[in-house]
Amino acid sequence: MSDKDKPVIDEYSGVETTGHDWDGIQELNNPLPRWWLWSFYACILWAIVYWIFMPSWPLVQDYTRGALGYSQRTVVTNQLAALAEARADLGKKLLANEPEKIVHDKGLLEFAYAAGKTAFADNCAGCHGSGAGGAKGYPNLNDDDWLWGGSLEAIETSIRFGIRATHEETRFSDMPAFGVDELLEKEEISTLVTYLQGLSGQPITEPEVLEAGKLLFADNCASCHGDDAKGNREQGAPNLTDAIWLFGKDKKTIYETVHTGREGMMPAWDGRLDPVTIRALAVFIHTRGGGE
Amino acid sequence: MQQNSTTLSFGEIGLFFLSGSTLLYGLVAASRRVDPVMEIHGYLIAIISLVAIFLLAARATKADRAQQDNEPYNMDVVKAGAIASTFWGVVGFAVGLVIALQLAFPSLNFDTAYLNFGRLRPLHTSAVIFAFGGNILIMTSFFVVQKTCKARLAGDIAPWFVFWGYQIFIVMAATGYLIGGTQSKEYAEPEWYVDLWLTLVWVTYLLVFLFTLFKRKEPHIYVANWFYLAFIVTVAMLHLINNAGIPVSFFGSKSYGLFAGTQDAMTQWWYAHNAVGFFLTAGFLAIMYYFIPKRANRPIYSYRLSIIHFWALIFLYIWAGPHHLHYTALPDWAQTLGMTFSIMLWMPSWGGMINGMMTLSGAWDKLRTDPVLRMMVVSTAFYGMSTFEGPLMSIKAVNSLSHYTDWTIGHVHSGALGWVAYISFGALYCIVPWLWKKEGLYSNKLVNWHFWISTLGILLYICAMWVSGIMQGLMWRAYDQYGFLEYSFIESVEAMHPYYFIRALGGLLFVLGSLIMAYNLWKTVKSGASVVTPQPSKAPTLRQGEAA
Repeated sequence: MSDKDKPVIDEYSGVETTGHDWDGIQELNNPLPRWWLWSFYACILWAIVYWIFMPSWPLVQDYTRGALGYSQRTVVTNQLAALAEARADLGKKLLANEPEKIVHDKGLLEFAYAAGKTAFADNCAGCHGSGAGGAKGYPNLNDDDWLWGGSLEAIETSIRFGIRATHEETRFSDMPAFGVDELLEKEEISTLVTYLQGLSGQPITEPEVLEAGKLLFADNCASCHGDDAKGNREQGAPNLTDAIWLFGKDKKTIYETVHTGREGMMPAWDGRLDPVTIRALAVFIHTRGGGE
Repeated sequence: MQQNSTTLSFGEIGLFFLSGSTLLYGLVAASRRVDPVMEIHGYLIAIISLVAIFLLAARATKADRAQQDNEPYNMDVVKAGAIASTFWGVVGFAVGLVIALQLAFPSLNFDTAYLNFGRLRPLHTSAVIFAFGGNILIMTSFFVVQKTCKARLAGDIAPWFVFWGYQIFIVMAATGYLIGGTQSKEYAEPEWYVDLWLTLVWVTYLLVFLFTLFKRKEPHIYVANWFYLAFIVTVAMLHLINNAGIPVSFFGSKSYGLFAGTQDAMTQWWYAHNAVGFFLTAGFLAIMYYFIPKRANRPIYSYRLSIIHFWALIFLYIWAGPHHLHYTALPDWAQTLGMTFSIMLWMPSWGGMINGMMTLSGAWDKLRTDPVLRMMVVSTAFYGMSTFEGPLMSIKAVNSLSHYTDWTIGHVHSGALGWVAYISFGALYCIVPWLWKKEGLYSNKLVNWHFWISTLGILLYICAMWVSGIMQGLMWRAYDQYGFLEYSFIESVEAMHPYYFIRALGGLLFVLGSLIMAYNLWKTVKSGASVVTPQPSKAPTLRQGEAA
């Protein structure tokens, strides 16, 4: 290559190279860009200043706590405490008041609605839908068709103790599996299904079996769903004369319901959510349109 | 490596022994049926081992083996790497497109575990980082170290073991994800036996690289090789520590990691952040340091800058991992260190960008005529942008908005698509004509199309993620007057839909670009006019004289 004593100059820039050559690649001997170097120093200086004020370096047993005494845990604890304090009065009022009063106290209702809306999105929307419209097996909470009652108290009880849940005071009832447990023959179930479709105002194809269906209903279903089939909230037995069917009202689904039974489950929120949140949830659901 | 064709080399004997052992292990593991993943992998290991034994035997009986191994450079393994990189690149980008579409349209999960987002996501990240990026790194490092050391790669069969061993690692990892084998560590999902295999391959890689450096005929080691070496050594260390664990059974796929809780989280992000730092930054800076001066035919801008930014980069990067765990159970002091070291890392990162871009001085006019050089220069611009955005996002106040949002995804992809992929495409466009001794690429026009289509794709991608990320962050922290959250999580998911669609569109353009590249490279190999000395051999105009 080149004579070692003489520097090699790049024609274009006039800068000398380091004299190395790797597969045709040379390096210019340019200094570090000033702005680059000073920015680097500034970043290092900033870091050192930050270390002085904030917790930074680990020691054997402890760490350098920093001049500001900052602690993320303390900040969060204080913020949560401040929030709890800010909400405390309204929360107490919400628990102390009669349901009717809550509904008519505008400020309190607003608070309960805000708390309930958030709690609903976090805990209930997964099954009941983000708009509380429900899904197959999960009741629509916007209408006035209530299985266990639609008063504020009834809704709150359902939320607290759940339905067929693990809580001691849970709401419980059992729709028998008439087919699986061989309480009814297949033809009897089919007859019953036709009768039930007629009851809820659906067009039916075999009007000749209605009489037999009526008898079967009286013997097997009326004890829970009532002689008039309008349901019984004491047992969470649905009204069978309206068009609202939790699992579906087509022939096949009703057959399945009677044949295998249904046991939808709603968890108990007592202990998982605090009483204020549960009350707020009840208010939120009650005010969605179907509250009684 | 002087030998006649009847004796086996030390490496060949070792590989016969290794393949026999893995064959035996695979068969035993498959027959033990400890779990379904290992049952399938046991058979796969056995099949791969059988193929390896067959290929070794074929090689051992080949007459011209010794002659082949005595050529001045081992370029065949580099060629294989170029093909593998292109293939895995297209695959990795395509899987990325699929999961982008799954996020926009969840029904594309098809209700099957095998194609579920949860399994395809690590398939995408591993395919692009390790299969595409890893092959590019191994391939270019084997090329660059030979050329800049004027020495043939060390070992006769060792480089081939590195190449094929690495492909086996990719296949084992990818099939593992699809059948549900994962240790659930980000960017380190493969289970213990795949990790062990990679360790073997990687140590061989390190040895090949080191021994090639030792036998160099140049007095100094070129800067690209410093970066390659830093990448190889650090990835080895990261891999070993992050994957430390104990298998539940030696014939089963599951293992338990050595760390738990916050320590585990910290170890994982120490690993993952330095996978970004040493795999996706240091390694690709090495590519930049060879291919940009080579293509521009200009000297590197500043030797001093390369030294300072190299040492600053590798010293500072290793500390920055905790910035992934701001506002978590990680102690305050660790968060502070992660953040401050990230800020200090800003300028050392930019040193590489400056050296890359300023090397163009005297050759800027080439950007008009050479789309390959343009691609590489744009990659350094993206590198500069994402290494500014990174320290910015590490600041706790910014992070409290950006953390867990799509902003992070956008940031990663401006680095991954703009920087890593573009410098890789540039290297592939350079190296394929060189390797196959062609005059040039089949079509510069197609490179132009590739450049503009994928640049549009990247911009759509990162802009969509900026908007959606910041919107997510703002929605998650919106409170009403009582301090209750304004939006539920699902509402923020619904709001993301249009941006996820735009992102998928950007991904589609990027995949299209890579297909154009694959076609262009294929046609170059198949149909270009051959020349004897393909590389630009003319050095820049220099004169001898007094220092200015």
